[in-house]
Order: sequence, then structure tokens, then C-alpha cells
Amino acid sequence: MTATSSSQIGTPMAGAPRLSVRNITKSFGPHQVLRGISLDAQDGDVISLLGASGSGKSTFLRCINMLEIADAGEIVVDGEKIAMTQRGGRTVPADRRQVDRMRSELGMVFQSFNLWSHMTILQNIIEGPVHVLKRPRAECIEEAEALLEKVGIADKRHAYPAHLSGGQQQRAAIARSLAMKPKVMLFDEPTSALDPELVGEVLRVMRALAEEGMTMLVVTHEMSFARTVSNRVIFMKSGEIDCDGAPDTVFTDGASPAFRQFIGNFGG
Amino acid sequence: MDLDFMASTMLTLVAALPMTLALFSLSVIFGGLLALLVVWMRVGGNPVARGFAKGYIFVFRGSPLLIQMFLVFYGLGQFGFIRYSFLWPALREPFVCAVLSLSLCTAGYTAEIFRFGLRSIPAREIEAARAVGMSGFLLTRRILAPIAFRNALPAYSTEVMMMVKSTALASLVTVWEVTGVAQRLIAQTYRTMEVFLCAAAIYLILNFLILQLLALLEYRLSPHRRTAPLFPAAQQ
Repeated sequence: MTATSSSQIGTPMAGAPRLSVRNITKSFGPHQVLRGISLDAQDGDVISLLGASGSGKSTFLRCINMLEIADAGEIVVDGEKIAMTQRGGRTVPADRRQVDRMRSELGMVFQSFNLWSHMTILQNIIEGPVHVLKRPRAECIEEAEALLEKVGIADKRHAYPAHLSGGQQQRAAIARSLAMKPKVMLFDEPTSALDPELVGEVLRVMRALAEEGMTMLVVTHEMSFARTVSNRVIFMKSGEIDCDGAPDTVFTDGASPAFRQFIGNFGG
Repeated sequence: MDLDFMASTMLTLVAALPMTLALFSLSVIFGGLLALLVVWMRVGGNPVARGFAKGYIFVFRGSPLLIQMFLVFYGLGQFGFIRYSFLWPALREPFVCAVLSLSLCTAGYTAEIFRFGLRSIPAREIEAARAVGMSGFLLTRRILAPIAFRNALPAYSTEVMMMVKSTALASLVTVWEVTGVAQRLIAQTYRTMEVFLCAAAIYLILNFLILQLLALLEYRLSPHRRTAPLFPAAQQ
């Protein structure tokens, strides 16, 4: 879990974690949401983040790609540390462009899909590669078609998000993130806004990604996904990591009392 | 009613239509550009610029356009630094004064319309754009402006129609557009009813055409808001 010391900065090293997070803290007003979270994700790791609502798991995920700015701590993507500085008593990124570049390397899938509603599915997918990565349009379209095929909505390429079911929208959103060829994929409760019968199609896509070796961090309430797809489970409680380990260990004998109570609420 | 007189009146008034169209199109263009600047100051982080933009919007929305036009037309010449500047040959022209005051005024309204357009962008769509690495001008150009413009278009259409009608005020600073020419005809013929009916008809036809164009634009820009018969809904 914490095999490598993660403070090396600069060129990516063989064996260095894809993503390394050190001692992230975050408060909203007087309420401390994250109390020093650290995590290393190696290449191909699929890490499920579990926890009751309010435990800070989504905030933690959003701190990683700086949609929330952590009060303290460091984030290292593929050996490159995100530079922070103090301004007006607050911690802010030192270099906007570095943050933009980091974000383009971290795929983010949101709970409510967040597709751009005025663009077709195909336009949604090529938007980042064409305009952020400045890659040739024709090439991006070709790749986008392949991604749509992969997530099973090739026939929807010219549809608008509002014309798709939730499951299809979420699969389109996953394809949009993949089009950026991310180093790590972050999933923020990707199936929580879906009708129960649509959850399976999204989980299948995520399972396929995991099998391809994509490094993934997944905030989820899907216990079977956490148990069978991920190779590591982290249970968060009150802004801290309560238990952390392989699913078999955590779900059986390694569980803390809090985790046992948590999964008890799921009827399992 | 005297149809021959109506027909000749119509011809005389239509001859003034290019002037009305020039006032309208120039002030919509300049006003729109100025509105972009004002709304950028209004929503930006600089408190001085924000304060200035707020003041600008209040002044030009809060006072009568006619008085603004009189102030520009009669007032500017009283300032020596304007009267003796290189701008004076332009600023003493009634047409320039009319375009200037129409632009300044519509910019105030349009800035506010654009601001509401910006405010109605779903936060999650902005967040998605940030998450793929967009910020600053790229974010504005690709995501914020297209969505804001679509949201603002219905209200902006109304403002554009108001501008067509507002050009009539230019007649009071001696610009010979449709209304000005109509008044001159009335002074010559004392046939108020016929002449003004013709003038009203011209404005109505003009606004009808502009409205059709804007409705077409709105239709073209909003396929995502229509139901899609081409795509079978919610299939798994």
C-alpha cells in the first residue's frame, strides 16, 4: 500500500505511483471534512472508496483534481507534484496551467454525468481532445467512434444528452473522460443517480476498464463492485481512513466495527 | 382613404428605410460589443471594474434614451476638449450622435441580458469543462459563451426589437430616418393618420422579418431542447 516514498518530484520513475496523495486536509468553515488523508495508487490499481455520506469521500476525490482546493497536503500525478502557494491566507495553485494540464491527465466521471447539454454525444467526446489537447479533429472523431462502440452507444453519437437514458449518459461521460487518455480515472458515485435497472450497464463498462489495467479511484456504494472488481478498498469515516486493504481482508476479518456497521446497513 | 397618397407616402418612407437600418444595425453591433466588455467587467474579479459596470448599467437603463441622445447631441459640444479634438468632425454629425447614444444605451440592457445568460449556465457543465483542463479564455469560448448566448437569446431578441423602435428617436436629433421623414411629410400635408399608419406598417414589417430571423437562429441553436423523434428514447 505505501511501498514507495512518494516525495520524489520531477521526472516520472519506474515504480513510482501513478497518483500519490499526502496528508490532504480540508475544512468548510468550522467543519473539518478531511483530516489528513494519504493514498498511493499504483499502475492498474482499482481502489474503491467507501463511506457513509458526509465521511468526506467525494470531497477527497474532488481535491485530487482540484475541483476543491485542499487546505494542506500534496498531490503528485505520475511523479509531478502540483505546486501550491499561499495567497491572502488561503492555499491556491501556484500555476493555473499546471492545474489545467493535471486535470487533463485525470479523467473525472461525475454522479450526474455533467455532459454539455448543447453538444451531441460525439461533440462532447471530442471537445477535450480537440480543444484542450489540440489534436487533429479527424483523428479524435475516429477514436471517439471507437470509444462509443466500446461503451455500447455507437448509435447515439448524434443524439443530445437529454435524449439519452441516465445509463447511456453516464457511459457517454465515461467515454468523454477516456478520450483524454487519462493516467488515472476518478469516479464520483457514478451510479448513484441512476435507476436501479441502469446501474449494471455502467458497472459493466467500469469492470471492462479495470480489466484493461486502467488505474481507477471509485467513490461508490456498490458493494459488489468494491468486492469483486477493485483490488483495494478504503473505508472512510469522519474525514479519516478507517480501514484500508484488499477487499477480501477488509470485507471479512479486517473490518473495523464502524465498517461492519456500515455494510450492515446495506443488508449484507 | 386616398390610396394614391398612401402609395406615394409609402415610397417616400421606404426611401428612408436604409437610414433606419443603418442606425439599427450599427448600434446593435457596437452595443453588442460594448455589452461584452461591460459584462466582462461586471462578472470579473476586479471590484473597481465591477463597480463601474454596475454604475454604467444603472445609468443607461435608468434614464430615458431620448435624454441620453440629447445629452450626446447638444451636450458634447460644450466641452472644449471634445469640441477641439480630432473626434469633433464625427461627433458633430447627428447620425454619429444617434448611433453613439443608441449603442451606449443598448449596451446597458444587453450586458444585463448576457449576465443572466451566464448565471443560468448549469454549474455542473462548467465543472465538467474544468475537469478536462479548460480555464480562462478557452473555457469562455467553448463552454460559457455558447451556453450563455443560447440562454440569453429570447431576452436578447426582445432587446433587438426594441432597438428597431428606438431608432425613431433619432428623428429628434435631425436624422432623416423613417419617423423623421414621416414627420416632415405631415408638416407638408397635414395628413397625420395616413403617414403614421404607413410608418407603423414599415416598422411592423421590419420587426416581423427580424423576429423570424432570430426565431430561426434560436431554432438552429437548440436541437438539444427539442424532443428527438429520430432517437428512440431511453433504451438500454
